[in-house]
Amino acid sequence: MTEPVVSVRDLRVYYGTPRGPARAVDRVALDIAPGETLGVVGESGSGKSTLGRGILGLLPEGTGIAGEVLYQGRNLVGMSKEELRHMRGPELGLIFQEPMTRLNPLLRIQEHFEETLRQHHPKLDRDEIRRRALEALGRTGIPPTRYKQYPHEFSGGMRQRIMIALALVLKPKLLIADEPTTALDVIVEAQIIRLLADLKKTSGTAVMLITHNLGIVAEACDRVAVMYGGKIVEEGDARKVFANPVHPYTRELLRSTISLETKSLHTIPGAPPSLITPPPGCLFHPRCPDAMRVCALKAPIEQRLEDGRRVQCWRHGPAEAIPDGGTEPLEREEIAVANEA
Amino acid sequence: MPTKPESEVMDRPAAEAAGTAARGFISVRNLKTYFEIRGSVLDRLTGRDAGTVKAVDDVSFELAQGEVLGLVGESGSGKSTLGRTLLGLAPATGGSATFQGREIVGMGERDLRALRAQMQMVFQDPHAALNPAMTIEQSVGHPLIIHKRAKGREEIRRHVAAALDRVGLSPPETYLDKYPNDLSGGQKQRAVIARAIVLDPVLLVADEPVSMLDMSVRSKILQLMIDLKDKLNLTYLYITHDLATAKFFCDRIAILYLGRIVEIGEASAIYEAPKHPYTRALLTAIPDPDPTRDIPRDLPRGEIPDAAKPPFGCAFHPRCPMAFAPCGWEIRDLRDLLEARWAGMAEEAHQAERALLGTIEAPDAPEPTSRLSAAPGATGEALLALLERIRNDDPAEPFWTGVKAMRAGDGCVEIDWHPPERPELLDLGAAHAACHLHNAELRARYGKAG
Ligand SMILES: Nc1ncnc2c1ncn2[C@@H]1O[C@H](COP(=O)(O)OP(=O)(O)OP(=O)(O)O)[C@@H](O)[C@H]1O
Ligand SMILES: Nc1ncnc2c1ncn2[C@@H]1O[C@H](COP(=O)(O)OP(=O)(O)O)[C@@H](O)[C@H]1O
Ligand code: SF4
Ligand code: SF4
Ligand SMILES: [Mg+2]
Ligand SMILES: [Mg+2]
Repeated sequence: MTEPVVSVRDLRVYYGTPRGPARAVDRVALDIAPGETLGVVGESGSGKSTLGRGILGLLPEGTGIAGEVLYQGRNLVGMSKEELRHMRGPELGLIFQEPMTRLNPLLRIQEHFEETLRQHHPKLDRDEIRRRALEALGRTGIPPTRYKQYPHEFSGGMRQRIMIALALVLKPKLLIADEPTTALDVIVEAQIIRLLADLKKTSGTAVMLITHNLGIVAEACDRVAVMYGGKIVEEGDARKVFANPVHPYTRELLRSTISLETKSLHTIPGAPPSLITPPPGCLFHPRCPDAMRVCALKAPIEQRLEDGRRVQCWRHGPAEAIPDGGTEPLEREEIAVANEA
Repeated sequence: MPTKPESEVMDRPAAEAAGTAARGFISVRNLKTYFEIRGSVLDRLTGRDAGTVKAVDDVSFELAQGEVLGLVGESGSGKSTLGRTLLGLAPATGGSATFQGREIVGMGERDLRALRAQMQMVFQDPHAALNPAMTIEQSVGHPLIIHKRAKGREEIRRHVAAALDRVGLSPPETYLDKYPNDLSGGQKQRAVIARAIVLDPVLLVADEPVSMLDMSVRSKILQLMIDLKDKLNLTYLYITHDLATAKFFCDRIAILYLGRIVEIGEASAIYEAPKHPYTRALLTAIPDPDPTRDIPRDLPRGEIPDAAKPPFGCAFHPRCPMAFAPCGWEIRDLRDLLEARWAGMAEEAHQAERALLGTIEAPDAPEPTSRLSAAPGATGEALLALLERIRNDDPAEPFWTGVKAMRAGDGCVEIDWHPPERPELLDLGAAHAACHLHNAELRARYGKAG
């Protein structure tokens, strides 16, 4: 196997809250291979953005972080701000949901590129900057005639294309895109997803695509990681995971996604777990239709299946770790309506 | 010149109503809501009008009691403005909209207010819809006080508790004293819905009620809306850009594009056999978790254009993969074509082409012939040669179907256009659609196969 671009090992991220620390990312392990697109899905609050920002060292001041983010043999966790800033851009890029809040309304597109490129390549002259900028813009479909325009002169979809071009112009090895299309209309969303997929093919940049939309992952990603309560509960080949989810949460999430094929509405009762006072055992057990007795007692141990998939669910063993009677169905109280999402 | 389509153009009110006679609950005829947009200070000083946005432009439909009509389109298509106009929240510029036989257009604020007790709106963003400084009891009970439906704390509390119970926020006591910030997104939207139903309305205009919510919460809120409809005998106008939820929820669907209905009909017909290329595009674009499906490749290009300067002919023509000669081709389309070409080009090649071209001036109204000026020093012949080369590079580009002839003039190229025709809604049986592809006469005239 080729060397991964980034290896995440045992990553933990805690936010301080008045009610105690919230474990937003909990012992996450992940490899991203060169040129691959990894989808990260999960409900709101499951820790997707925190994971993305944690990898890039972009967490807010005072956030607790532990574990490893290995990039070219070095651990980014614990690296100084200054060192990280040097890595970001040329090595690791980021695209956000709201392009307008990231583009400076007072600067022309040209100035955005000059600022970005000069920061990392101080010796470039104006002509070379222009050449590289127009090349990146061209690949995202922005014509050179608009190089001198201001952000407000562009539509939402074009602004997101400009953001992508701004990230790509530094030729990063890994691009983290956090809900890059959530603010866009369906057709434009599909255009951007198609663009990201094409760019991946031509540039070899690895992409981590964070989204709550399973449809986008199924169409654009090679691999998918499903997050629940800060943990990756299932991870594997995107087609396989969607065709045959092995974790009950993945399965229920897929069933509750409304698509053109939806014949009847399906919901997952209850709400995502508290990250401050998480339930004991498997975080999904209060909502899981397949829950067994062991699920309320012990956190599941990650298993690797034959097809390479990773899953954290007692239904997939290991059998020897399950206490006697642990596989009996879990009897439990009705989920209180008050806890409905 | 009048054209005779394959299916008769119906007489106007009937054609535009596109519904059956039994529907008299809400009746919208040729409704228009225009916004004057203020330009720069200079524009105002010189008395120049910066333009008009036709947010709702000549829209007609009928809605029967108990029915769910979906208004679907991209942002800026006029969905919200249409919903707001029906509730008297945006003033109509013309046309008519009746609610249970009463005309809303031109109605005074007093009457409107009384009427609004029966017509309520649910907004997209539950965070913005609830005042963060008000408890849930205060927010949900607010309409009761405004409309003097309940007096005294006890009575208000009883009504609010019943509404909360209805929307699944139970037991209500746990929510009455909470603030919006204490609730999850889905719970907030339930509270917003509780506020909308607390006066026992008959019509709910739901403006993207689930699009800000997580996938797993969407189906819960949709299920709630379906349950409420049955229990409270509600009629819905469901505004969305998402055809997947609309398919599940709606009896009929109206597809809007730049203020006009481009297709309307029974939901089953719209999904099984969409008649308008825009409807087809919206359907293709929906991300699907089916692992055997790939990224759609045949997407329309570009985005919804500036509503203050709508394209000529069919407003969808700049993006339409099926567009042909009468669809409204114009000089702006040539500009888009050049920009798209240059976006993929090496700097020198692009500069060489650009050096031939003068400034492109787009007229406000269609003209039979446009003059495309060459750059100072460049000749019309050289510019014509460039256009011919561009055409040869991609002869299938629909733009060229609109060009009747091109010739070199003095420092310019003259382009003759086929006259733009604006598509009217045609009765196609199960649905009505406004697209020239369904006009046999136009197809025959311009040799459009298919
Ligand atoms: N700066 C912060 N301070 C405190 N808590 C935070 C902060 N940022 C995020 N959180 C909490 O961490 C958890 C995970 O948040 P995160 O934004 O990573 O989730 P997400 O899956 O990206 O959700 P969404 O889809 O809403 O963006 C949530 O409970 C969130 O409220
Ligand atoms: N108060 C207003 N003033 C000027 N233009 C407006 C106003 N409200 C809406 N518009 C314009 O009307 C068009 C339709 O808007 P809207 O009804 O909000 O569409 P949608 O809900 O489909 O996004 C857009 O071009 C929008 O910019
Ligand atoms: S471990 Fe138990 S509760 Fe958790 S997902 Fe598996 S079956 Fe469900
Ligand atoms: S009239 Fe029909 S074919 Fe022509 S541009 Fe409009 S939608 Fe496309
Ligand atoms: Mg997020
Ligand atoms: Mg709207």
